[in-house]
Amino acid sequence: MLGKVKTIWHRLLRSQFVKSVYKTPWPRTRRGRMLAVLGSLPLHLHAARIRRHGLHFRFTWCMGGISFFLFLLLTVTGVLLMFYYRPTVDHAYADMKALRYDVPFGVVLRNLHRWGAHAMVITVMLHMLRVFLTGSYKPPRQFNWVVGVTLLVLTLLLSFTGYLLPWDQLSMWAITVGTNMAAATPLLGHEGPFHEWLGVRPDNDVRFMLLGGRTVGQNALLRFYVLHCVAIPLVAGALMALHFWRIRKDGGISGPL
Amino acid sequence: MNTNDTAAGPAEPQGEARPARGATRRQVLGLFANAFSLAGWAAFVGTVTTGTVALVRLFFPNVLSEPSATFRLGKPEDYAPGMVDERWKERHRVWVVRREDGGIYVLSARCTHLGCTPNWLQGENKFKCPCHGSGFRRNGVNFEGPAPRPLDRFRVSLGAAGQLVVDSSVVYPGAAGKDSDEIYPESVLIL
Repeated sequence: MLGKVKTIWHRLLRSQFVKSVYKTPWPRTRRGRMLAVLGSLPLHLHAARIRRHGLHFRFTWCMGGISFFLFLLLTVTGVLLMFYYRPTVDHAYADMKALRYDVPFGVVLRNLHRWGAHAMVITVMLHMLRVFLTGSYKPPRQFNWVVGVTLLVLTLLLSFTGYLLPWDQLSMWAITVGTNMAAATPLLGHEGPFHEWLGVRPDNDVRFMLLGGRTVGQNALLRFYVLHCVAIPLVAGALMALHFWRIRKDGGISGPL
Repeated sequence: MNTNDTAAGPAEPQGEARPARGATRRQVLGLFANAFSLAGWAAFVGTVTTGTVALVRLFFPNVLSEPSATFRLGKPEDYAPGMVDERWKERHRVWVVRREDGGIYVLSARCTHLGCTPNWLQGENKFKCPCHGSGFRRNGVNFEGPAPRPLDRFRVSLGAAGQLVVDSSVVYPGAAGKDSDEIYPESVLIL
């Protein structure tokens, strides 16, 4: 029985189908293993080889990796949430409640997204703390530190924009206060210093641009929805690719150079 | 391709015939090439600039859907002198205040700090904002907390049928350190 299974397996490995999918044969040497990893789209994103200190778990507690994992979790749960959520003032809150009470595992899905968001903010901050305390921002890694700080700001903006979407009291007032703080920006906010220099008024300042109007209403909800689901994740994704690329190019994860 | 060119940029090959005066064909064509490439770059820069301006302008709609700025608040007799009335706070975000001398003015229920809705505390004779603790007197003047200036007032007038008409597009913004009764006497409807 086992012999038959083995034959089928070996036949499969040598079939046209498998040969067309996998560019290299089943690896049997060190070189073969390298080639198999480097020639594979999902596998080549990870380094083919790492230095021994890269396995030193307690050096990083995997905070960066966990942050990325949480980002992927939030993306997947976020897409699933989009099947049940409409970003309109008439439906947003009701859809959120319907998801919780009328959809099987809806409450789990929503909670995963919300708790994942909180966790991601915590893990990116811990990651930043680790990078700082281990001096992993020193040359040649300075640029990557800047990329990382930008990613931190984007993470916080994702939290901010996502907070409005349930459209409950907490959402509305948090965004009211936040955007009114934006109105106090120098030059660009209609309540900030020097706003007269640029002719900035309540209907053309940066707060107006964020809200798409003068109040936190339908325009604001739609704008924050697009920012939260499309614009900021795209930028964050691109910067993450750059962030990981620089880690490889600058000498690999953690450890001495 | 055999070439002895090592310098960057086009080099005049050695020994090319040069006219006694005027320009070589290469130089003449080069003039036109410069003009064409200049035009090309100008078009590119122009397009990118226009596109960027258009993109920024895209985020500022010209038309907004907002509820009507004018609303009616019943008859003056509905409001007792010396009272701060909260019945329209939820619907229109205003307080109707009637002074002892009968004058009526309308305060905007929007804290001048960061936009929350304060509460009227009858017992303590003050407006108190729940967000960050700003306090305002009944005439709107700020006296405690982070609010930088007094509460705004809206224009109130008498309509054709004798009812109070508020126009929230006519704002009397509270000025820091000033009393709105003094600087905006027109904000109070004297009956």
